Amino acid sequence: MTMPFDTNDIWAWLDTVPDPEIPVISVVDLGVIRAVDIENERVTVTVTPTYSGCPAMSVISLDIETKLLKRGIIDPQIKTQIAPPWTTDWLSEKGRKRLEEYGIAPPQAAGGPAHCPLCRSKRVEKVSQFGSTPCKAQWRCLDCLEPFDYFKCI
Amino acid sequence: MTEALFEFLLRQGDNSLVLGHRVSEWCGVAPALEEDIALANTALDLIGQTRLWLEYAAEVEGKGRSADDLAFLRDAYDFRNMLLVELPNKDFGQTLMRQFLFDAFQVPWLTALKSSSDQRIADIASKSLQEALYHLERSRDTVIALGDGTKESNARMQEALDRLWPYAGEVFRDDEIDIAMAKKHIAPRPSEIRQTWDATLNETFEAAYLTLSEDRFAHSGGRTGQRHTEHLGHMLATMQVLQRSYPGATW
Repeated sequence: MTMPFDTNDIWAWLDTVPDPEIPVISVVDLGVIRAVDIENERVTVTVTPTYSGCPAMSVISLDIETKLLKRGIIDPQIKTQIAPPWTTDWLSEKGRKRLEEYGIAPPQAAGGPAHCPLCRSKRVEKVSQFGSTPCKAQWRCLDCLEPFDYFKCI
Repeated sequence: MTEALFEFLLRQGDNSLVLGHRVSEWCGVAPALEEDIALANTALDLIGQTRLWLEYAAEVEGKGRSADDLAFLRDAYDFRNMLLVELPNKDFGQTLMRQFLFDAFQVPWLTALKSSSDQRIADIASKSLQEALYHLERSRDTVIALGDGTKESNARMQEALDRLWPYAGEVFRDDEIDIAMAKKHIAPRPSEIRQTWDATLNETFEAAYLTLSEDRFAHSGGRTGQRHTEHLGHMLATMQVLQRSYPGATW
């Protein structure tokens, strides 16, 4: 029996599963889906954690499982893999764009936001290396004076 | 060999578990909102790393115990963390000084473990290192900011360093577990890390106007479980109360 879907379909479905903490990007945009495999009619999705203690990871696995079940996949397997470790380089271009539109400055190799995601001023300062979730830091704009989240670069 | 590896993994997991719990005690009571969030995030990273270490430890032990069993159902004498991490937090400066002494060790240590002959250990180290580097950046900056702050903040950071220093060197006293791991190329001997650690400390304390004692005396007994401080039992009483009172409780 051939299955009525292939791995490309599954990737497309996963791209509609939002990150539970930052719902404007999908789990695919976030770069946490490392592999989708179909073997002997068994679907396995391999997920990698962003931060080792991130509480959103269990929700992400549950959301993926729910989505696959809704698509009629029987007993999907969600596997966790920690190596190679997740890095912000794996965020998709689409994801980076959506983060910015949402008001979260995307990660930059230089270690700080390129500009304020609201008024685009380059005059910004760090408030704290940590933020409301393990993946974010707090910054503030010195022109529009708005505080904003910056997606930490790791 | 399995026993030595199990002991080694407990040392890694217990260091991050006990420090993670200590740091989490600040949640809701830190001196500023940003610091509260930073401390809670640091604790979260450490407890996440704990799960990776203790899951592996439980598998190596092979007695059907889980990472949760190891965390919540062992008593103080079965813990293998260094004494430094179980000491009470005291004030914010003391907490960040302890964090710095730990992070300054953890970064070169995890960097070395990335080349472990045991692939699983290398993977856990790679994952944890990203977080440890971030922690070190913050703890180092905070130690410098407070050391090079006011007369009061400088004096309190010096007091923190003087109190914690006799506990900081325990980790460098190689014992038979360390030697067994080094022979198998699973990990370097901790004493090999000392030079890098000393360099980070000297550089940071110079910038922070703090004086490091030349005394190398170090309390020991945490990593072997032979002699923990009286503080660990009290900490575990809080940390483990739910599982002890309602065995197997989940949510």
